[in-house]
Amino acid sequence: MSFTLLKRGLRPNRPPAPMWREHPLQDHYDVVIIGGGAHGLATAYYLATVHGITDVAVLEKRYIGSGASGRNTAILRSNYLTPEGILFYDESIKLYENLASELDFNVMFSQRGHLTLAHTDSSMRTMQWRAEVNQIQNVDSRVISPAEVKKLVPFIDTSDRPRYPIMGALYHPPGGVIRHDAVVWGYARAADAKGVHIHQQTEVTGIDVEHNRVVAVQTNRGRIATGTVLNATAGWCSLIAAMAGVRLPVETRPLQACVTEPLKPFLDTVIVSGTFHFYLSQSDRGELVMGASVNPFASYSTDATLDFAEALAGHVLELFPSLAKVRLLRHWAGLCDMTPDFSPIMGTTPVDGFLVDVGWGTYGFKAAPVSGKRMAELIATNRTPELIAPFAYDRFFTGQIVGEKGAAAVTN
Amino acid sequence: MMQLECPNCGPRNVSEFRFRGEYVERPHDGADPARRRAWAEYLYFRDNRAGVQKEWWYHQAGCGRWFLAERHTKSHAVENTRYWGGEATS
Repeated sequence: MSFTLLKRGLRPNRPPAPMWREHPLQDHYDVVIIGGGAHGLATAYYLATVHGITDVAVLEKRYIGSGASGRNTAILRSNYLTPEGILFYDESIKLYENLASELDFNVMFSQRGHLTLAHTDSSMRTMQWRAEVNQIQNVDSRVISPAEVKKLVPFIDTSDRPRYPIMGALYHPPGGVIRHDAVVWGYARAADAKGVHIHQQTEVTGIDVEHNRVVAVQTNRGRIATGTVLNATAGWCSLIAAMAGVRLPVETRPLQACVTEPLKPFLDTVIVSGTFHFYLSQSDRGELVMGASVNPFASYSTDATLDFAEALAGHVLELFPSLAKVRLLRHWAGLCDMTPDFSPIMGTTPVDGFLVDVGWGTYGFKAAPVSGKRMAELIATNRTPELIAPFAYDRFFTGQIVGEKGAAAVTN
Repeated sequence: MMQLECPNCGPRNVSEFRFRGEYVERPHDGADPARRRAWAEYLYFRDNRAGVQKEWWYHQAGCGRWFLAERHTKSHAVENTRYWGGEATS
């Protein structure tokens, strides 16, 4: 390894080989995946590797990872509340644990521990409940005291000075952060190597349906005949579904996040506070990565707002007063497709051949590998895998709402 | 901060209001089991437009009245606000 590095270092500079190729748009593909994010690319990768289906196109309106996959705060965890949620995310985190070796690409997964702080009696009860449910499902998760929090995070204020003092925390050691771009690039490179076509700058403009069956996808680069279309978009899932005549139980809301200027490493866990509505981690570059809850009204705008930065800073400073002089470096927003039960919609729809992997709300990134794997299984076998059956589109008509209360850690 | 025009109080900061979702026509024959699908649609399914959307707002920190706004979901430009069944403001 280090010899290779030395050898390359001594050679004259050459541009690195592209990690995926460009192809002309074919007029037919067996499977067309709309959305070149982690979900779409993971589905393409597992279709090609596990099921041998390689006549696959991934269509991306801009560049891969330009949507929610590149805008999230890269936190991974599996300490959810419902058995469906836990099983699902536990498989996801296990896939993430082996992802670097599987893709031969460093995704920089750092399982540094995840702390969800509790500031009230009721959230202490919820934490205890989540810990018990997690332990039954063999997820490493337990409630710890303020003294233990202080030991893990010396810079946090565990005194009774903050407006809502820390009463304890749900500690989830396997949780952590990952390099989200690397996940996208790793899946793209591996899928490309298996023959999947990745088409960037390719916007879907229509979906042709005949006799309630998908027959083609229209794009700004031409028409693609296909019998299977997967809508794996975030932010635009309602608009893509409408092209096929499918209505979704989704409302799109922006979620803002920001990073500060780089600091020396001082925080080696992920901190989430439901009461103060923020999550915080320190990146490998030293920047503090922070986010909060979704904007208060429906929107497709990715503008950054001062209201958000002001509120977030105030909340973070309650618990980390020593950060008062730290400046913000970047601030952005991504679009989240919120469903009524904060759970995704995965599987078939009333239109034959039109599948969805949408409605991921604020936590789609955490679920990319397992969604990709199971959606690929559904496409290849035509049978809905048990793991994703609870998230079926039909649940809104049959009254089987999932209700994942552990969904967005900040709104418990 | 973005402002919204309450039909009762006039323009106020959007932080005074609560967004209550896209306006959806209520199905009238909801008791009919054959219409259950229409009720599920009414309760959960939305057009979620990227464009001008008719939606409910509630003036929580003001007069406490509910009203409808037609707002662009990309630019946030508010075309008009009105009470349900009432005349639109400009």
